[in-house]
Amino acid sequence: MPRARHLAAVPANQRATDEQERSWLRRRSPSGQSGEHPSPISHALKLRLYRGMLLSRRLDERLMALQRQGRVGFHVGHRGEEAAIIGAAAALREQDWLVPCYREFGALLMRGAPLCTYLDQMFGNAADTGHGRQMPDHFHSRAQRCLSVSAPIGTQIPHAVGLAYAARLKGRDDVALVFFGDGATSSNDFHAALNFAGVWGAPVVLACRNNGYAISLPSSQQTASKGFACKAAAYGVRGVEVDGNDVLAVYEATRDAREAAARGEGPTLLELVTYRLDAHSSSDDPRAYRSDEEVAAAAAREPIGRFKAHLLACGALSEAEDAQLQEAVDAEVRAALEAARAREKPALDTLFEDVYAETPWHLTLAAREAAQTARGGSAHTPEGSAD
Amino acid sequence: MMEMNMVQAINAGLHQEMGADPDVVVLGEDVGRVGGVFRVTQGLHDAFGEQRVIDTPLNESGILGTAIGMALYGLKPIPEIQFADFIYPGFDQLVSEAAKYRYRSGGEYSVPMVVRTPFGGGIKGGLYHSQSPEALFIHTAGLKVVCPSNPYDAKGLLRASLQDPDPVLFFEPKRVYRAVKMEVPEHAYEVPLSKAAVVREGSDVTVVAWGAMLYEALAAAEQVRGDDGLDVEVIDPRTLWPLDLDTVLESVRKTGRLVIVHEAPRACGFGAELVSLVCENAFVHLEAPPQRVTGFDTPFPYALEDDYLPLAHRIAPALRETARF
Ligand SMILES: Cc1ncc(C[n+]2csc(CCOP(=O)(O)OP(=O)(O)O)c2C)c(N)n1
Repeated sequence: MPRARHLAAVPANQRATDEQERSWLRRRSPSGQSGEHPSPISHALKLRLYRGMLLSRRLDERLMALQRQGRVGFHVGHRGEEAAIIGAAAALREQDWLVPCYREFGALLMRGAPLCTYLDQMFGNAADTGHGRQMPDHFHSRAQRCLSVSAPIGTQIPHAVGLAYAARLKGRDDVALVFFGDGATSSNDFHAALNFAGVWGAPVVLACRNNGYAISLPSSQQTASKGFACKAAAYGVRGVEVDGNDVLAVYEATRDAREAAARGEGPTLLELVTYRLDAHSSSDDPRAYRSDEEVAAAAAREPIGRFKAHLLACGALSEAEDAQLQEAVDAEVRAALEAARAREKPALDTLFEDVYAETPWHLTLAAREAAQTARGGSAHTPEGSAD
Repeated sequence: MMEMNMVQAINAGLHQEMGADPDVVVLGEDVGRVGGVFRVTQGLHDAFGEQRVIDTPLNESGILGTAIGMALYGLKPIPEIQFADFIYPGFDQLVSEAAKYRYRSGGEYSVPMVVRTPFGGGIKGGLYHSQSPEALFIHTAGLKVVCPSNPYDAKGLLRASLQDPDPVLFFEPKRVYRAVKMEVPEHAYEVPLSKAAVVREGSDVTVVAWGAMLYEALAAAEQVRGDDGLDVEVIDPRTLWPLDLDTVLESVRKTGRLVIVHEAPRACGFGAELVSLVCENAFVHLEAPPQRVTGFDTPFPYALEDDYLPLAHRIAPALRETARF
């Protein structure tokens, strides 16, 4: 079945397959079979993608473990979705913008952010450029042209459209890549953003990670349409469905969408079809809404093993090199985690900064009041509460 | 100097700012060819083209959300919300995004934009063309709220708002739009933010009022001067938040009495905050309990709007009562 894919088919149970109903999809023909991929993607780039995916996976595992030990407040990761995130981010150029949802720390790192930029935010420590104001995994980095993660679903999509359109108004060819989940396609802002993007022809790539779920709700409860890429058609936007577990397919589809946007050919909605292997977040227990069999079947198609098999087969990687790489990634993560954990809390003053560019009188007074109250208190748990 | 009404003054200000800074863009529903339903953006489209005066699809969240993106990129967008009553579909973008961007990014990003919107009643607009939602935005840390009451201030405050690095909500009292004319300089000038004006000096009672209600307060002040010999001081905060509290306190220390007038419903309105601030900071100077003359805690009505609004005939008794207490 022709879709953007290189390595293996999109899992049939996740996709509707009626060819006729899907004829509006702009299809990309597969350029090869697993194992003998004739893609022009160089070995060096493939290894970069692979390392990005390994680093993300390792971080997810370590952060989830630290969360369980009470050392990290919260984690929302992307285990299983590495190909969708790393592949798309790698297709950006330096001048482009990344507009994340909340699972895309791997994309931030692919854009060259130091690991500490991310981990300091995870711990909300004094080195966090957000001064510990947001929950973990709500990062940003101006140096990497990565906007700031917001918790309300879908709100970042119109930002990306405005940002991209502003670039065009300024006569530049920067492109914005915005990530969101399948659940976000039900938000008002998704529709507003697609409509504005289409009407304006904004140079934006809209990447819907269809990981199968929005917390407990399966994709089929977000929409009655066949998938999400088709929604683009109603807004006069290109829609492309991509095997989101195939990092090369994601890379190529995003690269093409990026280039089209930069050429002035307007926006593309990518549907990256993948699967969320872990819980929605460290606060979720997915056993309440899906079966172990389903997860096991999805795990068999997970993107890292698949890509490793491809790298071995095409000679980009040997087992020995793989072991070395894994060890190097592990060591990097361990050292960065140790450093981030050791840092202090943000200073009390920072609580009152950045509300406005200049601190107004009422916040200066508030800061004085806070400083006079000794630090060290913590909230009391109410006794006899309902549960 | 030219005689102008508020629509003309804001329009002149927009022309000037767009002419001076190519990064200033205007966007909203009908702002382009037609020049806005109140004609505030008239002529801008011809002067600056459709790339800078952008007619958008009908979606307030889209207007504000894309304006935020433009501001993050380095433009200075001036989104227009056609009536303040329709700001609610874009409320989330203002309170969750524009207001919080600087704080959540530790100052790495900011959203300098000026959201212009006509507000208030008195034009037979009924439920959905008359509301005064300023308190909702004052309650949101990170937003600045400006409300000019005359053409001169409108042009000067608009410029100051555009120079400001933070998101500003610019509430334009639509009843004043064409009703008040005055001399407005042709050159660019600023009326600084967070600086109140003492519009009328007096020694017996302080009244704080903004937008169209300022004129009701002034009328009431004249009434009680004639009838009761009361000498009323009237203050126009001009910027509601961050507030120029000093000017209010100085006045209350002099008069010992305070009346607040606003169109919005009373419960949790900005008047409540003003009373608190004055009690906290000048309690010993108060000779009478502060009073609020406001809209009622109902939706805004159509046929009975003159009964709903805190017009001069309701303000005058409050002034007398406060003075006599
Ligand atoms: C406006 C809003 N409503 C509800 C939530 C709570 N919430 C957080 S994540 C989530 C599901 C999002 O699903 P999806 O967009 O598919 O992204 P995914 O988590 O699958 O990556 C919900 C309902 C929220 N953050 N914002």
